[in-house]
Amino acid sequence: MDKIGRIILDDVQFNLTIKRLAHQLIENYNDFSNTVIIGLQPRGVFLAERIKSELLKINPSFNIQSGSLDTTFYRDDYRRQGNPLIPNKTNLDFSLEDKKIVLVDDVLYTGRTIRSGLDALLAFGRPKTVALLVLINRRYKRHLPIQADYIGKNVHSIDTERVIVSWKETDKKDEVILYTPKNE
Amino acid sequence: MSKLSVNHLLGIKNLQKEDIELIFKTADHFKEVINRPIKKVPSLRDITIANLFFENSTRTKLSFEIAEKRLSADVLNFSSSNSSVKKGETLIDTVNNILSMKVDMVVMRHPNPGAANFLSKHVKAKIVNAGDGAHEHPTQALLDAFSIREKYGDIKGKNIVIVGDILHSRVALSNIFCLQKLGANVKVCGPLTLMPKHITSLGVEVITNLKEALNWCDVAIMLRIQLERQDIKLFPSLREYTMLYGIDKELLDSLDKKITIMHPGPINRGVEITSDVADSNQSIILNQVENGVAIRMAVLYLLAGQIE
Repeated sequence: MDKIGRIILDDVQFNLTIKRLAHQLIENYNDFSNTVIIGLQPRGVFLAERIKSELLKINPSFNIQSGSLDTTFYRDDYRRQGNPLIPNKTNLDFSLEDKKIVLVDDVLYTGRTIRSGLDALLAFGRPKTVALLVLINRRYKRHLPIQADYIGKNVHSIDTERVIVSWKETDKKDEVILYTPKNE
Repeated sequence: MSKLSVNHLLGIKNLQKEDIELIFKTADHFKEVINRPIKKVPSLRDITIANLFFENSTRTKLSFEIAEKRLSADVLNFSSSNSSVKKGETLIDTVNNILSMKVDMVVMRHPNPGAANFLSKHVKAKIVNAGDGAHEHPTQALLDAFSIREKYGDIKGKNIVIVGDILHSRVALSNIFCLQKLGANVKVCGPLTLMPKHITSLGVEVITNLKEALNWCDVAIMLRIQLERQDIKLFPSLREYTMLYGIDKELLDSLDKKITIMHPGPINRGVEITSDVADSNQSIILNQVENGVAIRMAVLYLLAGQIE
């Protein structure tokens, strides 16, 4: 099926958005003591790392703990996809007991990944608070009552559309594109 | 590759190299999981697994059971010593009765070679072979290779010798298949009476001198003398066996290089290896046990993912 792509965030807007998100975090977390920024595998990890380096640019004295979390073993669609889901690496070598967590993902859509992420977090202790930060919030199609606390951009999209976030790290450029199927 | 090429784990012989690598990659993640404060994940919460043990086992049974519980599966345990098998029930009847209770997977150990294979053709459930007679013990071979990979980074090109009772050992056969598929050089060492007739047709050389074998290898996998499977005496005495094929610290220290000692357990301390060797820093016997849980979680996870 042919599809039409529309850029929602270009390179400049993309990086401005990350800067704004970083500043918003500082408003609420001060010096980031007792705070952990956790990126959800696979693509939330890039955003978490970007946010972290942005924060360090703003204030190099911040001592920010960060990690990555894989939710594969906690997902509710395991065995509903025909093949086993192949996991990614979890990199959290400290306890999350009583920590303030900022959970980071690239796109919030149905909310199921975040649900599994919340479950996965609990295996590392009982956090004090958990906030959710996403680059793109696809509204109206939530399957679960989950909302983000920090949003890069809201996107109104329908089921058949797809949002693709590209990262310099793997895709050579920073960009968010909304693909709409072309009607023949 | 994101799924196994097989529907059951019956033996290493019918696995592809890619299958083994997929199991290892998945086991890496489970090894991280079992070292978390909460060592449990909910992946298999809608799966019921029956552990059918028609032969004694401590380690394998516990390892499978803990792997199943760490994956949140429901677990049914069965051992033949206190069951209707004693009353004359056939294997298929026993298993079908258990499957009527809506069991999705069966982990089975059986004294007869081919039992798991036979079962897989007659019942609707995923079968994992936990040892069938002197045939195969695939999860043991996988965890052995995984432990070598963990120690050396890669298995390809490594020299590995399997020492002892090759004739009665399902571990030896599965290990030969597994290590060869991964590119290792495998030799076997032991008295000729404990060597199967056509062992060289598998591409392994037989060495009868232990010291020569140890000087050649990077890793020595020591096997237990399975007295319970010997109908006739295959060597004059245990003492003589130990003198010729047992490893003690003195022998280990006299070698040209530092080799790694492995043992699938249970160890007969003082027979195939002495206590100071088993407990030395060259032995990775307890790592094997830890890796066993991760490997079995990976196998169960991948097979369960293929249930329709």
